[in-house]
Amino acid sequence: MISVTIRLFASYREIIGKSSILMNVSKGALVSDLLTDLLEQYPQLAGSPSKIVVAVNHEYQTHSYTLHMNDEVALIPPVSGGG
Amino acid sequence: MNELSSNSQINIIISNEQLDVTEAIKFVTSKKSGAIATFLGNTRDNNLSRSVKLLEYESYQPMANKKLFQTAEEMLYKWDVDRVSIAHRIGKVPLGQTSLIVVVASKHRDAAFEACRYSIDRIKEIVPIWKKEYYEDGEIWIGSQSGVEFSSTKKVKT
Repeated sequence: MISVTIRLFASYREIIGKSSILMNVSKGALVSDLLTDLLEQYPQLAGSPSKIVVAVNHEYQTHSYTLHMNDEVALIPPVSGGG
Repeated sequence: MNELSSNSQINIIISNEQLDVTEAIKFVTSKKSGAIATFLGNTRDNNLSRSVKLLEYESYQPMANKKLFQTAEEMLYKWDVDRVSIAHRIGKVPLGQTSLIVVVASKHRDAAFEACRYSIDRIKEIVPIWKKEYYEDGEIWIGSQSGVEFSSTKKVKT
C-alpha cells in the first residue's frame, strides 16, 4: 500500500467537511482509482469522478497518472480567481 | 500569510492584506520600458443582478503561486514584455477593494495591453483560487455550480 494526502478546497472542502484526508491505495494505483475510492467514502461529492480536475504535487495531471508514496493530490473545483 | 516568488522579471504576491499597486508598478518600471499597462480587479456589489455583500477568496497557496508565475512566464514568452508583477488577495475582501493586480511593462503599448488581457483570462483558467460571494440570504462558491456556468466571467477552454 502507499499513502497519499488528498487536499480539498472551496466547495469540495465544504461538501466533505475536511481540508485534507489521508488515504491508502494499492501500489501502482492511478488517480482514477483513488477518486473511485474517495467517492465511495464520500458519496456527497456526487457527480462523475471523471469530471474532477486533479493536481498532484502542485501540477495538473490526468486521471491516468500513477500515484506514488506521499503524493499530495488536490481536487480542484472550477477556479474563479482574478477579481 | 504572504507568499511571494520573484526573479528579475517576475514578481508574484499572494496576500491576505490590502494590495499595493504602487509597489507593483515600481517593480516593473525601468528605463527600457516605454509602456506600463495596469489592471485592477475590484470586488463589486453585484453579480447576475444579485446583491453581493462580501467576497472571500481561497487559494491552494503553493500551486496558485506556481501557476501565477507560469502565467507571467507565458506573457514574457508570447509578447515582447520586459517585466510582470501579479498580486492576488485572498481571505475576506470588502467591496470596492482590489483583489487582483496585474502590471505589465514593455517597450511599446500593444504588447503590454495584450499580455495584460491574456493574463486575466489565463488566471481564471489555471490558477487554483476560488471566490465565494456572500448575499443577504446565502453564499456560493463561484464556478462551483455543477453543469451551470454561473460566473459571469469568460471561461477559456483548454
